[in-house]
Amino acid sequence: MDKMLLSGNEAIALGAHEAGATVGVGYPGTPSTEILENFKLHPGSRCEWSINEKVALEVGLGASLAGARTLVTMKHVGINVAADPLFTASYTGVKGGLVIITADDPGMHSSQNEQDNRNYAKAAKIPMLEPADSQEAKDFTKLAFELSERYDTPVFLRTTTRLSHSMGLVAPGQTATPPPVGFDKDKKKYVMLPGHARARHELVERRMAALSKDADHMAVNAIEKGDPKLGFIVSGVAYQYVKEAFPKASFLKLGMAYPFPDGKIREFRSMVEEAYVIEELDPFIEEHVKAMGLKVHGKDVIPLTGELSPELIHAAVSGEPWACPPAPAFPVPPRPPALCPGCPHRTVFGILKDLGALVTGDIGCYTLGVLPPFSAIDTCVDMGASVSMAQGVELALGGGAANSPIAVIGDSTFAHSGISGLFNAAYNKRNGLIIVLDNGTTAMTGMQPNPFTGQTIAEEPTVVIDYVKLGEAAGLAPGNIRIVDAYKKEEVETAIKELRATGKLSLLVAKGLCVILRRKSHGKKN
Amino acid sequence: MKVTNILMVGVGGQGIILSSNIMSRAAMHEGLDVKKSEIHGMSQRGGSVFSHIRYGAKVWSPVIPRGQADVLLALEELEVLRWANHLAPDGQVIYLKNQMLPSNVEVYPEGVEAAIAKLPHHVLALDPEELVAKTQNKKTLNVAVLGALSRFVALQDSSWRAAIEDSAPAGTFELNITAFEAGKALTRQEESK
Repeated sequence: MDKMLLSGNEAIALGAHEAGATVGVGYPGTPSTEILENFKLHPGSRCEWSINEKVALEVGLGASLAGARTLVTMKHVGINVAADPLFTASYTGVKGGLVIITADDPGMHSSQNEQDNRNYAKAAKIPMLEPADSQEAKDFTKLAFELSERYDTPVFLRTTTRLSHSMGLVAPGQTATPPPVGFDKDKKKYVMLPGHARARHELVERRMAALSKDADHMAVNAIEKGDPKLGFIVSGVAYQYVKEAFPKASFLKLGMAYPFPDGKIREFRSMVEEAYVIEELDPFIEEHVKAMGLKVHGKDVIPLTGELSPELIHAAVSGEPWACPPAPAFPVPPRPPALCPGCPHRTVFGILKDLGALVTGDIGCYTLGVLPPFSAIDTCVDMGASVSMAQGVELALGGGAANSPIAVIGDSTFAHSGISGLFNAAYNKRNGLIIVLDNGTTAMTGMQPNPFTGQTIAEEPTVVIDYVKLGEAAGLAPGNIRIVDAYKKEEVETAIKELRATGKLSLLVAKGLCVILRRKSHGKKN
Repeated sequence: MKVTNILMVGVGGQGIILSSNIMSRAAMHEGLDVKKSEIHGMSQRGGSVFSHIRYGAKVWSPVIPRGQADVLLALEELEVLRWANHLAPDGQVIYLKNQMLPSNVEVYPEGVEAAIAKLPHHVLALDPEELVAKTQNKKTLNVAVLGALSRFVALQDSSWRAAIEDSAPAGTFELNITAFEAGKALTRQEESK
C-alpha cells in the first residue's frame, strides 16, 4: 500500500489501531491531543475524554484488566496528575496491552514547564519507547503493546512536540485482531494491599531486570557503524538532529529509552574513540552511561534547557560556530500570541484590570490575560491551582474575602481539578470569589468537549454538569452563585462587585461561546 | 540529491498549516522523502507561526538548519524580516504584501518594505489584491501564493494537482486550480519585468 504523510500523533493513533487496541482515553493537552482525536476515527475504537489524567489512567487500567488493548494519552504535566495510579499500575501489570503516551514539550511551546518524563519510567519502573519519526511512532506503538503483554507491564511511549507535530511518510501495516475481553479475578495481582503489593514489587524488579537484559537484543536498540573516531548515543528526535549535523559518524540509537541495553552500550563505546550522549533536557542516558564507568561527553557541551537543533549540536561538538547569515538590522517587534479579537474572556479581564485585584490564574487560552493590555493575572502554575492558591493567600494574609484573590479558571480546567478546590474552600470556610470562564469548549487544545459542554468525544449528547447545583452542594447560598453573559460587560462587572461585597465564598460563571466556535457555527448557517 | 528546504511563515490564523500540507503532499506525490515540522497550540492565537518543509531522497531533521532555507515564503511583511536569517545565502524570498499589527504594538513599523528590498536575497513581492482580483476569490489566496512558489521549486504540475485534490474541500478543486495557475502566471509576469 502507498505510504501516507502523517504527523507523529496520527501515526501513534494508527499504530494503536493496527495493534488491535480498542479503548482510547486521555485528557487534552498540547502536544498530545490529536492522538485520541485520530484514534477515535478508526473503526471499532471506544474512546473518552476523561475529566483529568488521573481518571484517564484509572479508566485505562480498568479497561486493560478487562482485557482490552488500551491507549492512554496525555501531555507531560498530565503524568504528574496521573502519577498516583501510574506507580501502582506498574505493580498490578496488565491483561490487555496498556500503552501510556507522555507527550513532552522541550522548549515549552505550549506548557508551563519542560520536565523530562523519562525520569518517570525509571521512578515507576515502567519501560519506555522513544520514536524518532512518524514511521517509528507507528511501529513503536505496536511494539509497546507487544512488550506490555509479554512483560505484563504498562509501557510508556514518549513523544516530544517536534515528533508529535512533525509529519513524515508512514507505510501502513497489518491490523491485529483485538484479543477476547473479560476480567479474570486475581486478587493477589489486582488488590494492592501491602501483603500482595510486597510480592508484586519483587516481580516488578525481576521484570525490569529481564527487560534490561533483553534490551541488548532488541532491534530498536541499533548500532550504525560509521566513522570510528566519533560516536553518538541518542534516542528520539535528537537522533535526526545529530544525523543531520554528523551524517558520517557512528550511532547507537536507543529506541527503548528505559531500561538501558548495557551490553550494547559497552560494545558501542569500545568501537568509537570519542563518544557523545546527545539528549534534550536531563542527562538521563548520560548519567547511566557514566555510572557504568564509561567516558562520554554530554551536558558538558549540550544545554540542559530547551530544544536541540542540528546547528546547536554541530557547534557544541565541533567547537565552531554555525555558519549562518546575520539577521537583518531592522528591529522586528515580537509577535506574542494574544486573546482573539472578540474573545469573551476579554470582557472579564478588562474588568479585573480596572479593579486592580490580585488574580490567581490557571491553564488555558485565558492565561493570555496576563499579557498587555490586561496584565490581569498574577499566578499560573498548574491545572486547578487558581482556586486553591487563592485560598492559601487568604490563609496567609488572614481573614475574609478582602484578602482573598479572585480565582479565574476555564470550564474544562474547572472540571479537571477546580471542583475539588471549590469543595476545599467551602469545607475550610474560605471566602473568595471563583470566576469560571465558560466558553463552551476546551479551546486552547483545539475545541474538545468537556463535562460542561454536553457532548462526548463521539459528539453524542450527554449530561451537562450543573454549576448551580454544584455550588449548592458546596453549601454556597443561592445569592453567592451567579451565571452571567460574558459578552455583557455591565452584567459581569455588577456581579463581580456584588459577590465580592458579600464577603462570602462565591461562584461566578461568565458564559460566552469561544469566538472561534461562534465563527464556525455562523459559517455552517451560511 | 540535495534536500530542498522551504520555510513558510506568517501569523496564527493565516492558514500556514494548510498551505504547508499541500506543499508537503506535492513532494510526497513526487515520490520523495518528506518531513514537515510546525508548532500547534498557544502560538496559533495570533502569534508568529512557521512551518518547515524538507524533501529529497532522504531527510533527517524535521527542522531546517538555520541558514539553509532555499525559499522563505511569508504571508506577512514583518515575518520576512523575522525569519530572513534562516535563508541560505542564495535563497529566495516570496512574500505577500500584507501588514498585520502585532498585538503589543500601537503602530506598524515604518520601512519594512525598504528593509526587505535591502536583503541580500532574491525577493519576489506578491500583491494580495491583484491575486484576489485575478481569481475573484479571497478563500483561495493561499493556493495562489503556492502557485507563485511552484515557479521556484522543481516539483511537477501533476504532483501539485494531486496535492491540491487531496486537500481542497469537496467541490472546490477547480477553484483552487484556477487560483494556483493565476499565482503561477503572475510570477511569470514579475520575472519578465
